[in-house]
Amino acid sequence: MTNARAPHLGRFGAWLRSPAPYLALTGYGLFLLTWYLTVDVFAVGRFARMPGIASIFHEWLSVDPTYGVSIHTPIYYQHIVMSLGRVGIAFALATALGVPLGLLLGWSPTVKEYVFPVFEVLRPIPILAWVPLAIIMFSGSETPVVFLTFLASFFATTLNTLLGVRSIEPSYVLAARCLGASRTQVFRHVIIPGALPFIFTGLQISVGVAWFSLVAAEMVSGQFGLGYLINTSYTMVQYPTIAIAMLTLGLVGYSTSAVVRLVGDQLMSWRRREHAR
Amino acid sequence: MSLGASPARGALRIERAVKAYGRDGARTLAVDDCSFDVAAGEICVVVGPSGCGKTTLLNAIAGFHSLDGGSIHLDDRLLCGPGRPRADVSSERIVVFQDGALFPWKTNLDNVAFGPIVQGTLSRAAARDKARGLLADAGLGGYEDVYPSQTSSGVRRRIEIVRALMNDPAVLLLDEPYRALDALTKSVMHESLLELYVRNRLTVFFITHDLDEAIFLGRRVVVMTARPCRPKAILDVDLPYPRTYDVMGERRYRDLVQEATTAVHEEAMRAFDVGDKEGPS
Repeated sequence: MTNARAPHLGRFGAWLRSPAPYLALTGYGLFLLTWYLTVDVFAVGRFARMPGIASIFHEWLSVDPTYGVSIHTPIYYQHIVMSLGRVGIAFALATALGVPLGLLLGWSPTVKEYVFPVFEVLRPIPILAWVPLAIIMFSGSETPVVFLTFLASFFATTLNTLLGVRSIEPSYVLAARCLGASRTQVFRHVIIPGALPFIFTGLQISVGVAWFSLVAAEMVSGQFGLGYLINTSYTMVQYPTIAIAMLTLGLVGYSTSAVVRLVGDQLMSWRRREHAR
Repeated sequence: MSLGASPARGALRIERAVKAYGRDGARTLAVDDCSFDVAAGEICVVVGPSGCGKTTLLNAIAGFHSLDGGSIHLDDRLLCGPGRPRADVSSERIVVFQDGALFPWKTNLDNVAFGPIVQGTLSRAAARDKARGLLADAGLGGYEDVYPSQTSSGVRRRIEIVRALMNDPAVLLLDEPYRALDALTKSVMHESLLELYVRNRLTVFFITHDLDEAIFLGRRVVVMTARPCRPKAILDVDLPYPRTYDVMGERRYRDLVQEATTAVHEEAMRAFDVGDKEGPS
């Protein structure tokens, strides 16, 4: 009964009472322990030259880090903010263009016949192959990075939105028309909400590939950003900083994808309840 | 016993309807030279072997696809026929689908209120008030604010019929709406449909395989031939409404089911023979 009144708190409470969070913590613990044993303690074969977990955390939390990057240095946050900003702009652009295009492709067979073949040829081209063209097309070091990040996201979002429209039961469209809905009303009341689950699957993928391509782009061009940090730390032999940037990428990437999922859950409360049943 | 004067609208006249699928070489006639009438305000149940073209006929009445020949009139108005291959889709003829088509992203109340809102005949608030009233009348008052997925399949079917009635249709087109339900739920559905029917007196065009369902619900039962589909026998079910499940114990009821069974069985055997020669279609 309390669940009905405060579903979020209720779900969170239930989660805390379930074994899931404790199993997850154990998983993290085992991962770090394995790292510690293979690198720090026994220096097993190939892992011998890896940065040890103790030195990484020491560096990461240090007030006066050896290589200049830790949670106490402003530069660390500058890298994060820069990367987040690029992903944010690219993801917003990809969503603003990809969702409408996907809806249009799914809704209008004519448009699809023109656009989809081109789309299908461009989509599999790896992002790294776009790097030279991106640099030629866009001036400066910032725009090419954002463009490359945008590109992969855009394809993922468009394709999933298109699939979302196709996944809608035809009987929903027929039922809406029987009940007197016009074409635009069918679009608004059936096509958009019906495609929403696939759209959000697409946005989750999109945010993931955005980070993926961002790091690739930052390693090639640009200043600041976590990908840039990894690349420069590599050339300057600052191995613990590489690991710090990688772990930060993991955490920030996971957070952005969690935000997308939360927004989706809010918009599709009818599905959350369905799953909760 | 009668239900009083027949309503003024909802009479269907199907004349020499023809519908074929496929190209010239492999053309299959789904419906051929099919003629029968449905009186205003009657429940007409159409039964026949599976794949015989019953749904094709229903889709032509609904306006989901065209006829290749013949005509369909509703109250002497041409729905489709010469010069008008396909009927308009309209809220005067509402389909209730085999697998149900309540929108999962709308609450049950918003599903029921949907028609008048999109047609602009009622304001949102007025439509929701009316929907609340109809749901309460149908004994479904407790299901307004939940989503269809939180509702049992039997209740969903009843809500879908209320959603149709909300628009005051002349004809309700039901395509095996209770196919997927268990026998017990089905019996509840039947009594609830009859109750709504008696209260609203609209024409019901009901497709099924289930002969007990056909005789229990129908004022007339049209047994179709195997493909192409046309009436083989039309049974007059002279059992008075309102009907309850007691009627199944009556001799007349059992005779009618027997008669329908014989007619359908002949066609099923014929369909089977044809199928053997032509292979699966």
